[in-house]
Amino acid sequence: MIIMKPTAVKSTGIQRYQQMFAGVSRLLQQLQAQWKSVVVTVPYFWMLLFFLAPFFIILKISVAESLIASPPFSDLLEWTRDGALSIRLSFENYSYLWKDDLYINTYLGSVKIAGISTLLCLLLGYPIAYAIVRSPPTTKNILLMLVILPFWTSFLLRVYAWMGLLADQGLINDLLIWAGIIDSPIRLLYSHFAVYVGIIYTYVPFMILPLYANMEKLDMTLHEAAADLGARPAVTFLTVTLPMTWPGIVAGSLLVFIPATGEFIIPDLLGGGNVQMIGRVLYNEFHSNHDWPVASAVAVALLVLLVLPMMVYQKVQEKESGSGW
Amino acid sequence: MVKRGSSTFLLSMLCFGMAFLYVPMFLLIVYSFNNSKIVPVWGGFSTRWYKVLFESEEVWNALALSVKIALVNASFATLLGTLAGLALVRFGSFRGRTLFGGMVSAPLVMPEVITGLSLLMLFITLKEFVGWPDKRGFATITIAHITFSMAYVAVIIQSRLTGMGTTLEEAAQDLGARPLRVLVDITLPLLAPGMLAGWLLAFTLSLDDLVIASFVTGPGSNTLPMLIYSRVRLGLRPDINALATIIIVTVMFAVAIAGWIMMRQQKQKEREMQLATTGDAQ
Repeated sequence: MIIMKPTAVKSTGIQRYQQMFAGVSRLLQQLQAQWKSVVVTVPYFWMLLFFLAPFFIILKISVAESLIASPPFSDLLEWTRDGALSIRLSFENYSYLWKDDLYINTYLGSVKIAGISTLLCLLLGYPIAYAIVRSPPTTKNILLMLVILPFWTSFLLRVYAWMGLLADQGLINDLLIWAGIIDSPIRLLYSHFAVYVGIIYTYVPFMILPLYANMEKLDMTLHEAAADLGARPAVTFLTVTLPMTWPGIVAGSLLVFIPATGEFIIPDLLGGGNVQMIGRVLYNEFHSNHDWPVASAVAVALLVLLVLPMMVYQKVQEKESGSGW
Repeated sequence: MVKRGSSTFLLSMLCFGMAFLYVPMFLLIVYSFNNSKIVPVWGGFSTRWYKVLFESEEVWNALALSVKIALVNASFATLLGTLAGLALVRFGSFRGRTLFGGMVSAPLVMPEVITGLSLLMLFITLKEFVGWPDKRGFATITIAHITFSMAYVAVIIQSRLTGMGTTLEEAAQDLGARPLRVLVDITLPLLAPGMLAGWLLAFTLSLDDLVIASFVTGPGSNTLPMLIYSRVRLGLRPDINALATIIIVTVMFAVAIAGWIMMRQQKQKEREMQLATTGDAQ
């Protein structure tokens, strides 16, 4: 350490400030020149760390062994006693999923419930989207607002609303008894029926909006042309409308099918213990059984199941980009 | 206009659809004023459940935590989502663009249980290696929410960017503005309504999330949806009806007002554009 005279210290102090200032302004200049890479890098890094990395971690944990410890699983890499690094992979969790009927049936059940719900959403959503497109501008805006509004209100509370409607003493049972169709309340809540109603109710706006976005760009004169050329409405629909709205159908269906397959809240609140869906099994495996490796394996298997529809969705979105809602 | 014949069918589907969407919410509100303890059995008008609700400290704490998370989340998600949207629409191709586009849109369709579980595992791994996060709660829930909310913001920004075209930006560039200046003076002001919509959406998404938050939270940190869930999973609760009514009515008012303001601004802009193009006639 060199001992300096006070004046020297003072001047180096000023110099340091100058240097610092120069450094900051250089940094700002660089930032100005490089701002594009900043714009890309910040969200990129965020997504790499908090979206992509976690998947590799659950992949790793899914091939670990359950331990009664904290954290409750074994390490992938381990130093053996003679100093060598050994890799311990265990596919036990996956074979456990494969062997246990519960898991296979739950997977198939989830796909079936999500698939049927998607189809019903399409049957309900398609005419609604079509009706909105063909209504006059002011009505159209109000109707669109009405379809979008449920997006903004709580998902959980909208599911809860159906618990009241479907209860034994709920409005639907009351109406059915009043109309003389049934004598005593039938079990509506905690059934497959309730789960279907819940999924369609919460996901039908996800079907309507992409369909609407797609239909609005359609050239309606083609319908008139078809009609002028003598095509019957049914023929026009099958040969003109349906093929043109195909991208909207695919986008809407995937937006319903993918999240519905992994749905947790709806089967839990409306299905009770009677409807098993994979999202609920995963949640319970983690929260009640504390079996992290099995929960991770369930998540990886669910992801494998959904990766193909997700990629199709990505492709459709890219082709349709700009149609966004 | 709707043609006859098909119109009856379309109209009835429309009415059915709207009734389907709104009757359950309407009934939820009606039953919040029910005096009876058994939710679906009408026992006269009363506001007693609102009183029960307001007296519960647990509810206030959960609400405070949820709002705090939602505010921080919405601001960061809007910032990151806008950057991501700009990068994807305006920057052409850059290294890793496909991966980036995939990562930005994937959270929209990713089942919540997977996102929640994988983020929790990340936080646990991080704690093991870098000692952070020491305690799970506010910070971890906020990070998780930003991650999926920014995807929604990015979608809104992307569609707005493609929708508004590049003519104004090109004009500024032709007049000699540097790219960064074009961004700050032209693109961002034009994006403002989209950013506002994104902020509001991110705010409500965060306020609404149950599944992801319940994975990444720690002991003692209960958000409002977690509180609602823990109460209703065993059955109907009149106080939750009251809470639901407050939430639904607030949200609807906010969205209706925001929508009205945006529509007015849009009309104003259209009028100005029209004036600008026909202005020299005067």
